[in-house]
Amino acid sequence: MTTTHETTPMKHRDAVGIVRTTLAKIGRYVFIGFVIVFFALPVLWLVTAPFDQAPALRLSVPEFTLQNFQVLIDNPYALRSMWNSVIIAVGTMAIVLVLAALAAYALSRVRVPGRDILLYSLLLLSSIVTGTAAMVPIFVLITELQLIDTYLAVVLVMAGGLLPAAIFILKDFMDNTPKSYEESARVYGASPLQILRHVVVPIARPGLATIAVWGVVQVWGNFLIPFILLRSPEQFPGAVVMFTFYTEGGQPNLALISAFSLLFSIPVVLLYLFVSRRYGFRFYGGIKS
Amino acid sequence: MAEITTHQLVKEFPGGVRAVDGLDLTIADGEFFALLGPSGCGKTTLLRTIAGLEAATKGRLTIGDRDVTELPPGKRDVAMVFQDYALFPHMSVADNISYPLKIQRVPKSSRHATAAETADGLALHGLIDRRPGQLSGGQQQRVALARAVASNPTVFLFDEPLSNLDARLRLEARTFLKRLQRDLGVTTVFVTHDQAEALALADRIAIMKEGRIQQIGSPREVFARPANTFVASFVGSTPMNLHTATVSGEHVKVAGSSVPIPPSARSRVSDGDEVIWGARPEYLRWSTEPVEDSIEGSATIVENLGAAALVTVDAGGTLIQLVVDEDDEPEMGARGWVVPRIDRTLLFDGASGELILDDTPTSP
Repeated sequence: MTTTHETTPMKHRDAVGIVRTTLAKIGRYVFIGFVIVFFALPVLWLVTAPFDQAPALRLSVPEFTLQNFQVLIDNPYALRSMWNSVIIAVGTMAIVLVLAALAAYALSRVRVPGRDILLYSLLLLSSIVTGTAAMVPIFVLITELQLIDTYLAVVLVMAGGLLPAAIFILKDFMDNTPKSYEESARVYGASPLQILRHVVVPIARPGLATIAVWGVVQVWGNFLIPFILLRSPEQFPGAVVMFTFYTEGGQPNLALISAFSLLFSIPVVLLYLFVSRRYGFRFYGGIKS
Repeated sequence: MAEITTHQLVKEFPGGVRAVDGLDLTIADGEFFALLGPSGCGKTTLLRTIAGLEAATKGRLTIGDRDVTELPPGKRDVAMVFQDYALFPHMSVADNISYPLKIQRVPKSSRHATAAETADGLALHGLIDRRPGQLSGGQQQRVALARAVASNPTVFLFDEPLSNLDARLRLEARTFLKRLQRDLGVTTVFVTHDQAEALALADRIAIMKEGRIQQIGSPREVFARPANTFVASFVGSTPMNLHTATVSGEHVKVAGSSVPIPPSARSRVSDGDEVIWGARPEYLRWSTEPVEDSIEGSATIVENLGAAALVTVDAGGTLIQLVVDEDDEPEMGARGWVVPRIDRTLLFDGASGELILDDTPTSP
C-alpha cells in the first residue's frame, strides 16, 4: 500500500464496514422475526381456532362461531376434568407450600450437618421422582398403598417431586430474613408460631406466591402422572382428558381440542397475572429497606 | 426494682470459645450501664444472654428479685433495641410500635392509642402510618426505641444503638437517648465499641476483654484511673502514652528524660522498679523553653483536630503524643519539651500492666 492511495482504501474499508453492520442488523432482525413467529403461531392458533367453524391445524381468519364451546359443554368429561385439575393442583400446591415453608425455615435456621449436600441431592433426585424413569416403581408403590385411582396418589407424587425445588427456593428467602427480626419478636414474647405468622411469612410472601404459582403450573400441565395413576375417566384432569378428544373416525377432534385448550389455559394466565400484580415474582429473598 | 445481677455467668459457644467467662456483675436499678470493649470481647454475647437470646452455660442471672436464668426472653420483661433496629418492614410504624402489646393481647384500639402517644413522645409525630423503609435512619432508630418503650419493660437492652447513624446524627441521638433514659428511669444496659459514646452516656461503664471485665466504674473513674494498660489505651479519644520506665529515687526515667513519680503511686514503688509510665495526650503541654521534669524531643507529625492539634514528638526514638492548643502548634521538626501534669500521670506495673495506686486514693 503506497502513501498516495492511503485515503481510498480507508474509505473503502469504511463502506465495507457499514454494509457489513447493516447486513448483520438485517440478519439479526430477520432471525428475531422468525423466533417471534415460531412462538406466536401456536398462541394465535389458540385464540382463533376455538372460534372457527372448521378448525384445522393451520392459521386462518375464523368464520366466527361459538358452536365449538357448545360441543365442549355437551361433552360429559370436559368441564368435569377442569374441576379435577383444580382439585389436584390446589391440593398439591397447598401441601408443597406448607411443607416447603416449614422445611425451608427450619433448614435456614437450624445448623444441620450436611445440609447443603442434602438439599442439592434432593434437588437432583426430584427430577427423577416425577420423571419417566421412576414411573414403574411409583406405580407399584401406589398400587401397594392401594391409592391407585385416587386424587391423593397424584397429589402426593406431584408434591414429592416439587418439594425439593420449592424448599431450595424458599430457603433463600428465609436466609435473607435477618435473624434480628425474629429475635426482636422473641424478646417481646412471641411464640415460634407467632413469629412465623407475624414476621417470617409476611416477609417471605413474594417467595411463597412464586412457589404457589409455579406449583400450580407444574401440576396443571402434567400429563404422565395422572394418566398412569388414575383409572376412571371421571377423575381425569384436563391434561389427560384432552388426550381422549377424538372423532369417531379416529381423527383428533380439533373443534373440541381447540376450545378446551383455550379454556384450559385461562386459569393459569389469570393466576399468573393476579399474583404478579399482588406480590410480584421473585426467585431470591431479601429485604428492600 | 430492676437490679440486674450476674453470678459466675459463663457463656461458652460450641467449639469451646468462652465469650463470657465467669462474670460477676451488679447493675443498679435505674442505672445507665455501658458494656464497652473491642469487637469479639463478649459484650454483645453478655447482652444477648441477659435478654435470653443466648442460654447461659453456667452461673445465674437475676433481674429484680427473679432468677431469670432459665426463662425464655419473652418472660424476662426486657426490651431490646437491635443494631439494625429490626423493624418489621411489612408493618406500619404504629403496628411496629404496638407489636409488643399485640403479643400481650391488648385490644387494637388501646394499643394504637399507646403507639400514637409513644410516637409523639419520641418526635415521630405524623409518621405513624409510614413503613420503616420510608423513614430516615434517625427516625427508624426512634421507632425502635418507641417499640421498646411501649412494651413498658423493667430493663432496656441496646445493642450498639447509635452505630448505624452518621456522625452528626449520632451526637443528636446520643443526647436524645440520655434524656429518654433519665426521664423513664428504667435500668438500661447498652453495648458499644465506641469509648466516647460510653463516656458520654453511661452512669457506669464495664470495660471487657476476652469475656472478662477489666474495670467497672463511672466514666470519670475509668478515664482518670484506668485499672490497667488495656483500659488506659482503649478509653480516651486519643490513646494514652504508655512507655516503659524505671523508678529512680523520686523520679521515673522515661524516654531518656526524668519525670517525677505521680503522687498517687509514690508510696507503692521503690528504686529500680520496672514500670509503665502513662500520660494522656490531653495532660501534656508543649514548651519551647527548657523546663524541669520534662521530656525533650522534636515534633515530627502534627495532626489537626480543629481547635487543637495532635503532635507526635520523637524523644530519642520514643514517640509521645500530646494535644496542644491551635495557638501553640509547633513547627514540624521543632525542638521542645513535653511537660506532663504530674498529678494526671499514672504508673502501671511493668509485668502485669495493673495500675499502681495508693490504698488511699486521692480523688481524681
